[in-house]
Amino acid sequence: MQLQSDDFELFGVPRRFAQERAQLDARWKDLQRQAHPDRFAAEGAAAQRVAMQWSVRINEAYQRLKDPLKRAAYLCELHGAPIRAEDNTAMPAAFLMQQMAWREALEEAGGAAAIDALDDEVQQARAAALARVGALIDGQQDWAGAAQQVRALMFLARFAQDVDRRREQLGQ
Amino acid sequence: MALLQISEPGQSPDPHQRRIAVGIDLGTTHSLVAAVKSGVAECLPDARGRLLLPSVVRYLQGGGRLIGHEAVLAQAQDARNTVASAKRFMGRALADIAGADKLPYDFVQESGQGGMVGLATADGVKSPVEVSAEILATLRQRAEDSFDADLYGAVITVPAYFDDAQRQATKDAARLAGIHLLRLINEPTAAAIAYGLDNAAEGVYAVYDLGGGTFDISILRLTQGVFEVIATGGDSALGGDDYDAALADWVLQRLGRSADTPTDKAAARMAARACKEALTATEMVAFSVFLAGDSVQFDVSRADFEAATAALTQRSLAAVRRALRDAQLTKDEVQGVVMVGGSTRMPQIQRAVGEFFGRTPLTNLNPDEVVALGAAIQANQLAGNRSDEGGAGDLLLLDVIPLSLGIETMGGLVERIVARNETIPTARAQDFTTYQDGQTALAIHVVQGERDLVQDCRSLARFELRGIPPMAAGAARIRVTFTIDADGLLSVGAKELTSGVEAHINVKPSYGLSDAQIARMLQEGFATAQDDMQARAVVEARVDAQRMLLATQSALDADGDLLEAGERTAIDALMQTVRAVLEAQDAAAIEAATEALAKGTEAFAAQRMNRGIRDALAGKSVQSF
Repeated sequence: MQLQSDDFELFGVPRRFAQERAQLDARWKDLQRQAHPDRFAAEGAAAQRVAMQWSVRINEAYQRLKDPLKRAAYLCELHGAPIRAEDNTAMPAAFLMQQMAWREALEEAGGAAAIDALDDEVQQARAAALARVGALIDGQQDWAGAAQQVRALMFLARFAQDVDRRREQLGQ
Repeated sequence: MALLQISEPGQSPDPHQRRIAVGIDLGTTHSLVAAVKSGVAECLPDARGRLLLPSVVRYLQGGGRLIGHEAVLAQAQDARNTVASAKRFMGRALADIAGADKLPYDFVQESGQGGMVGLATADGVKSPVEVSAEILATLRQRAEDSFDADLYGAVITVPAYFDDAQRQATKDAARLAGIHLLRLINEPTAAAIAYGLDNAAEGVYAVYDLGGGTFDISILRLTQGVFEVIATGGDSALGGDDYDAALADWVLQRLGRSADTPTDKAAARMAARACKEALTATEMVAFSVFLAGDSVQFDVSRADFEAATAALTQRSLAAVRRALRDAQLTKDEVQGVVMVGGSTRMPQIQRAVGEFFGRTPLTNLNPDEVVALGAAIQANQLAGNRSDEGGAGDLLLLDVIPLSLGIETMGGLVERIVARNETIPTARAQDFTTYQDGQTALAIHVVQGERDLVQDCRSLARFELRGIPPMAAGAARIRVTFTIDADGLLSVGAKELTSGVEAHINVKPSYGLSDAQIARMLQEGFATAQDDMQARAVVEARVDAQRMLLATQSALDADGDLLEAGERTAIDALMQTVRAVLEAQDAAAIEAATEALAKGTEAFAAQRMNRGIRDALAGKSVQSF
């Protein structure tokens, strides 16, 4: 076990998309019990420094593993298909049309009911995209295809944030 | 000849002697110190049996100072020199302090104060950090008297919603008070420890903490000794003080009066506070105050008080809603709401919180003491005292950063680096480049807050990176690492990747004290005034050295098999060097030897950590034995 080990090795879980959240949570806590700087508070600065590096590394891995979107992106990257969201924004026309339709609906949404309906639709699209990512990664090892789905999921995540913001505006 | 030590049966002269570690709740209105005694956390009383120390310091002409109850006695008569609620000014500029004009102080905003507001008193200008240090030093003395031994260290609590500048100011105050700070922990988290351990609670809990000057809401998940903060929020300028001020304003308006002099301002506030406290038990109270020479009375009902302060209560509930949203939880998923802070005694708060969550809040712990008790339990564990003496078992805190961290980019925009509610410690690396040929320096402005514009966030510090090797514009790759430690404090490191050169970093905190200022304040002395600084330095170096020796020895006992013979010899030699200088009166020599031992054992520490992690992964099979 090294600081440089990948997230899956560090957490002792199989290197795949499908993960059990409860197991990740439990592993995270087990690992922090061993490495957290609080365990070494009485042991001087050197031990504290090392503990902090480990603790930071464990938190980083946990953040990535527990979030399906980050986990998928990480797996694509490990297999030589980086996401490059900033310079690869080409998406299928149908997907972009859908996005535009949603954006319009969000702007026109005047009440909680309209927003909830939109939110449901987005969540369903997200669940479907995640299922596709799972199949592409765990089933077909199609990393380029999975990376494309991850980029679509990033659009959805951003839109979900805008939905939240709009809800907040209307709530006040 | 050394005397033979004889111990009573059952009290072995353990080399790992119990260390005196305390929890300190440094509050806006009052402060407490607690410690674990015979396995139970309890608050330590002063010589007259009082637990609460008013967080008030009165500065006298010619250098004297009165602290706590003695300072309160003349609060109205000598309002200008009697500093209360200094916590509200920690890490803050004058412009940040809402309602500063209603306070009886003579604020000064000197450029030399590093941006932090100062208070002009009969004994010169005082920083809020110095005022807090007086209170900490008083509590430290109380603890040392109580145990008749030197203090090993303390855990000090801060509001969860304190930003980096406020945390750093608190840490500086501990340093001034000569306290070895084991950890800064968040008040609601401390309360959750005390409550959770007391009630063997498991599941999701909300801690609603309304103190004298700050409001915090934390949502935690409690599982088998792990206290995981899921989300935290609050308002670092909302507390009982604001309820006092709102009530005073309301009454003065009804009376058509105003409070203009420092004495009148202080009198109005104290009358409001007395009225507020009385309304907890009764429905109707007379607000009576002595203003500009005449006595004034006005009847206030509980409903009046509630109406006058409804906006404040709503502000707290808005923060609760935000925290639940951040935690991605609904109110129904919260199993219990723990009430903390003296201000939660107000009936309107208990009702509003109860209605919001749809369940009666938990008030079976003393809201004044619970934070200090939780801090004491954590301090006991951090000091390395065996957990069976603390009753804490094997507790672990996983706390979060309360506010997002970002850096200023082109056009005054904020680029987020660390999002709020991320578990600490955490780190992020970001690559920068130069935009001019031969550029050797780079400035990074770090801000904290949730807004998109720099001007709407709080400026934390400007980091100047120097010593970048001159290259063509855009060729340098400067990797800047932002690390937030377990105290929630930020540090920054930088390295130029193509050359491997470490950049030198110059930190200019926006609202903090510089090292030089701290050194000057240390010279001026606090409760340590009589101590000979030199002797103190030697004692402290010796304590550190002994701590390091003990830690190394126990590490060798546990995991010595990890070392090759040569490595073991090297470490033994370093330990021998430390032992050889231990009795010398030379602090620098002791520190150097200790530092050498620390450096020489770093690789060993890393190996031990690897073993620990491997064991954790194999944990299931070990447990199934």
